[in-house]
Amino acid sequence: MSAVVEFEGVVCVAGSFPVLTGLDLRVDRGEILHVQGENGAGKTSLLRACAGLISVSSGKASVLGFDMRVDRKAPRRHIGLLGHENNLYRDLEVSKHVEFRAASVGARASDTAAALEKVRFPQQLWSVPIGSLSAGQRRKVAIASLLVGRPQLWLLDEPHAALDTESRKNLDAILIEASASGATIIFVSHESPVTKEIASRVITMDGGRITEDSGAG
Amino acid sequence: MLAEIFLVARKDLRVERRAKIALGQVAPLALLILMVFAFALDANTSLLERGAGGLYWLAVLYGGTLLIQRSFDVETDDGNMDALRMSAIGMPSLFLGKALALFVQITVLELILGPGILLLYNVGVVDWVLLIAAAIAGTVAFSVCGVLWGAMSAGLRVRATLLPLLLVPVLAPVLLAGSRAFETALGVRAGAGWTWAGLMFVIAAVHTALGLGAFGFLLEEG
Repeated sequence: MSAVVEFEGVVCVAGSFPVLTGLDLRVDRGEILHVQGENGAGKTSLLRACAGLISVSSGKASVLGFDMRVDRKAPRRHIGLLGHENNLYRDLEVSKHVEFRAASVGARASDTAAALEKVRFPQQLWSVPIGSLSAGQRRKVAIASLLVGRPQLWLLDEPHAALDTESRKNLDAILIEASASGATIIFVSHESPVTKEIASRVITMDGGRITEDSGAG
Repeated sequence: MLAEIFLVARKDLRVERRAKIALGQVAPLALLILMVFAFALDANTSLLERGAGGLYWLAVLYGGTLLIQRSFDVETDDGNMDALRMSAIGMPSLFLGKALALFVQITVLELILGPGILLLYNVGVVDWVLLIAAAIAGTVAFSVCGVLWGAMSAGLRVRATLLPLLLVPVLAPVLLAGSRAFETALGVRAGAGWTWAGLMFVIAAVHTALGLGAFGFLLEEG
């Protein structure tokens, strides 16, 4: 198996506060990794370090074969990140927003319809401004915006938040399908009963490092 | 690169067309500023005529600052800045795309304010070519300076108050040059109108070069 994420003794600092404190992690291609832990354990920082949005102060870090200490921007175009926020322009219409996201990562704007259908977003709302949607609908648009770029590495922070039961099941099916086609998925979630069925591995974090790994040994 | 520039500019203009901040709020406010000056100085019509160019650019400065602020608010809202950082759009393209969208919006603002000063301040144009060249030069300078300094304050909690504080000193030479060039174009003062217009082009060129080099760093470390 080829490693998509390879961290050895990674330390990341936000301001003067260490958010990752000597983290060791290897994630292989096609894995669905569930990251859990208490608030402030470093879960979101792990995702942002994988995305190259925070710099690695020490240790070895490689994502999709790129050395993150040399160029942390290099792998970004192959990564899809969905954080706590949805990264949506509230004044844009749904389809125009997804088209923009597609074009901004070099994907085809024509894939927009397929992405919105995949998240089961109602077609009658495609021309509605995002600001007038419900929280769950906005989350679906955010997921479609990520899907349309066909990322090799998915980094998801509480992806099920605001989604109803059916939409959660649909999202799980999307993640399993993406993983089967070779994408690697790392997701943070506090909803263990919901997510344990799809995760191929679970890690628990505390104090900026991994304290438990279901795949260890 | 051109495709990326137009992609960003089109997105910004589409957001603006939907939100209607420029036309619905900023332009009326800038017009109101012109009107307030007209009422305040109407007893002294010669002063009003002499100051028409300067008051016009003052209104553009005020309205333009609001538009620049808005241009970065839509990026910091809902974490959009992260999505831009994660995108494949080159930072120079992002800088030029946002500057192009601002250029269009400030031009619309100026097209509304232009007839305003002709009507309210009782002035006429004696050199249209100079007037248009100065307006274009000033607008380009406003746009590129705005994007560069807007990016500098974008990630900060105090950006609403910090941006004007950063921007006004930088734009003061544009304001001065624009006023002088307009005074010549309006026949209020004989002088080196073209030299002042040229100065604005130089300021725009310097800030464009600075922006192309520094914008990525500002966005990344902001």
